[in-house]
Amino acid sequence: MSGLVFDRVSVRYGHGRRGLTAVDGASLTVPSGQVVGLVGESGSGKSTLAKSAVGLAPVRGGRVLLDGTDVTRLRGRHRPLQMIFQDPYASLDPRMTVGDSIAEAIPRAALRGRTARRAEVERLLEQVGLDAGRASLLPGRLSGGQRQRVGLARALAGRPGAVIADEITSALDVSVQGTVLNLFREVQRRLGLTTLFITHNLAVVRYVSDHIAVMHLGRIVESGPTKEVLADPQHPYTRELLAAVPRRSATPEDVGRVEEDVREPADPHHPPDGCRYHPHCPVGPSVRDDRELCRTRDPGTEAASRAHRAACHFVTAPSTAGLEAGAPGNAS
Amino acid sequence: MSVRDSRWAAVVRTPVGLCAAVLLLVVVVVAVLAPLLWGERASVVDTGAVQQGPSAAHLLGTDTLGRDIFYRVLVATRLSVLLAVTATVIGVLLGLLLGTAPAVLPRRAGRLVTSAVHTAVAFPGLLLALFFAVIFGVGTTGAVLAIGLATAPSFARLTQTLSASVAGKDFVAAARVAGVGRIRMLVRHILPNIAEPLAVNATIGAGTALLAFAGLSFLGLGVQAPDYDWGRLLGEGLNRISLTPAPALAPCLAVVVTGLAFNLFGEAAAAALGVRPLSPRRTEARGLSTQRPGTVVEPDGAESVLAVRNLRVSFPGRDAPVTPVRGVSLTVRPGEAVGVVGESGSGKSLTALAAARLVEPPGEVTADRLEFAGTELLRASDRELGPLLGGRLAMVFQDPMTSFNPVLSVGRQLAEVAEQHRGMSRGAALAAAVDRLREVRVPAPERRAGQYPHEFSGGMRQRAMIGMGLMGGPRLIVADEPTTALDVTVQRRVLRLLADVRAAEGTALLLISHDVTVVAGTCDRILVMYAGRIVEELPAAELFAAARHPYTRALLAAVPDLDTDRARPLPVIPGRPPEPDRLPEGCAFAPRCPRAEDRCRGEDPDLVTDSAGHRLACWNPAPTPVAATSGGAS
Repeated sequence: MSGLVFDRVSVRYGHGRRGLTAVDGASLTVPSGQVVGLVGESGSGKSTLAKSAVGLAPVRGGRVLLDGTDVTRLRGRHRPLQMIFQDPYASLDPRMTVGDSIAEAIPRAALRGRTARRAEVERLLEQVGLDAGRASLLPGRLSGGQRQRVGLARALAGRPGAVIADEITSALDVSVQGTVLNLFREVQRRLGLTTLFITHNLAVVRYVSDHIAVMHLGRIVESGPTKEVLADPQHPYTRELLAAVPRRSATPEDVGRVEEDVREPADPHHPPDGCRYHPHCPVGPSVRDDRELCRTRDPGTEAASRAHRAACHFVTAPSTAGLEAGAPGNAS
Repeated sequence: MSVRDSRWAAVVRTPVGLCAAVLLLVVVVVAVLAPLLWGERASVVDTGAVQQGPSAAHLLGTDTLGRDIFYRVLVATRLSVLLAVTATVIGVLLGLLLGTAPAVLPRRAGRLVTSAVHTAVAFPGLLLALFFAVIFGVGTTGAVLAIGLATAPSFARLTQTLSASVAGKDFVAAARVAGVGRIRMLVRHILPNIAEPLAVNATIGAGTALLAFAGLSFLGLGVQAPDYDWGRLLGEGLNRISLTPAPALAPCLAVVVTGLAFNLFGEAAAAALGVRPLSPRRTEARGLSTQRPGTVVEPDGAESVLAVRNLRVSFPGRDAPVTPVRGVSLTVRPGEAVGVVGESGSGKSLTALAAARLVEPPGEVTADRLEFAGTELLRASDRELGPLLGGRLAMVFQDPMTSFNPVLSVGRQLAEVAEQHRGMSRGAALAAAVDRLREVRVPAPERRAGQYPHEFSGGMRQRAMIGMGLMGGPRLIVADEPTTALDVTVQRRVLRLLADVRAAEGTALLLISHDVTVVAGTCDRILVMYAGRIVEELPAAELFAAARHPYTRALLAAVPDLDTDRARPLPVIPGRPPEPDRLPEGCAFAPRCPRAEDRCRGEDPDLVTDSAGHRLACWNPAPTPVAATSGGAS
């Protein structure tokens, strides 16, 4: 199978009762050459899922396949899956020149000899729009946007089959964010990079992704083509996320109209049974008596049969219903 | 590594560092030269002058064999220092080996090493040294090994702690993803990043080793005759200290001075290296242009909660003071919500902190006027300020975890405000606190009040923080990025809460954010800051339609939203914001501005108010868009 495939991946930290299952059987496919945006709130497990693929988090179950090979069991130096980190200030060694940082990621077998490697570093720097002369600088002399370009160049240096971009613009100022997003899109399209793009910002994910996957408490609750998921979200959690995005047209009155939900977010150490969203769900069992099913049965098992693979027992019928969740769309 | 060289040079530039360096140099010179110059004289036995006191011939007297003690102390410098340094080197090398082993060894073996080190650290160093001295046998070699081994555990632990903190950094994770092996990781990434604190500690360790050696030799466990070091000389001199103190005091002094030289140098290095210079770039700060206060014509007809005129905040810089806030003027009226937007470094947070008198020295705040609820804050005494800050003026910060005291229950902390500012009794204050928590919609407030801040989720903590701000019955809430650390769904609820509080209590709000959409959706009026100045002020409702400053326009265009055209690249602002210590001539935005003219590069525009109350600092503003929507009605 081509592309990057997460197959029922589980990540668990710690042991016994105090353990935390950060990712619970998440399945996700990034088709070759495409960008899948993974959204979710902090603690939803989206960054942990990414880390599991590059060996920075302990995989307890499932597989991560890249073009058919399980990358979590790879031994040796070559890493076909590369990652761009969130904080460009922390992800570059302050004592190592930019050129050395990039050169380090070039596979040994690919290029031998000092001059060949140096030429490759220059080529990579130019690819991300940086002057080749910057190779000799320490990261302290670069701005946040430039550092993030270096981060991209380092990821490309590994000649990856796929790239994971973990919140790559959230540490940047808005005026710089646009530059990095444009560059990323341009490079991604030129090289046809298979990319998992992680962010909490729906506007950003909409801008760069072909597909969107929504994560909640360690599970993928909805996924599908960007346009369709944003226009016709199936899972109530996706709808809640979308509604919370501040809009340009919003006024103080609009903010005032938000319906109130003051319950504490679910404790990831003790996730609720059944559908993990049910205590907060505006169309779930705490609101409607006829939906006790949500308390006991995990809707994820039949997700594949529903529109957008939505993990919800009560999704509206595929492609018929609109945004009105509360409306009794189901035949009953 | 010229950067590092200059940083070590900075150590010598401090007075303590210089003294210590000079002392060290003297010690080293004496250690090298003394045995060559006076080695003979120090060992000449003169049975005719045994155990004499100080005299012209023998400055510090003679010992039991009539040898000159002054020269013996000088000559002993070499052995004393050499032994101390050797022991330190042994300790440091062994410590490094043990400390870095867990990073390289398989996990299980690594853990074993770690726990062995932890166990060894539990024993006092001197006890270990005595123990090893007995094992290795009495004598110089034994003592060196003993002290070396005794210093190793603490050094190993230091190395472990430091490398663990570096190992948690993103760049190490990045290197791992890039396929860097364990050994290379250690040598290229971890060690260079912990080298400085290790070097500093090794220096201090040398001082300690010197002392330990003196101790061992004094006890007779160290250097044996015919060799001698300061410890032995001290031991010999001590026998007759009541008759002639000089023979005992001289080696004492030598030990103290040398030990001090090592320790002081280490301390000075720690101080100088620990604090990074404010700006590593060597550029002279330009003469900063000020916003001329005379031109800030703003009708102050309405009563204001907060009135700020020509506020400046400056910090001492490398060469000249740096001024991140350069003449900000703003007014917040009762019950009004004013938003301040800007990128990092625009001075927006400092403006908020200065308004609450929270800028710590060496930061310096000046203003023509800084008035809160009728009180001039800059001239007010602490006594006058007390009831205002924290009472009538509430602050809400980005990270509520750091704003709460972690060892006091949330209810207690809220109640304290009421006790302080309203003179309530303990019981009444606690009841009021529970009421407040209920008002900011913290569920089960009675139970929650007894919990500690870490038991609250981020959003709930921010609610409690707002509740705490409300305890003093504030007239103004200053919220500095209150939702930046929160998720979008939680953010929406916190903003809603702030709006409700405003509606219910008539409290004014000064909301600082980097996110234009957050501010636009919550506030009545918006101030846009760039490079320490306000560049535009306009009603929130007109933000998207009537913004005229090219920076405001660019900022609005650069943020993608759910309606952004996916087919086209995002509009970007070329370049980056200027550092406060290297502002360009003229308008600070001119180098990045598509509309910049010659005038913009030479002259800084004033913030001018137009008839509609719209303030703008720009020589060549964008024309008011012929609004396609209904936005430009005014």
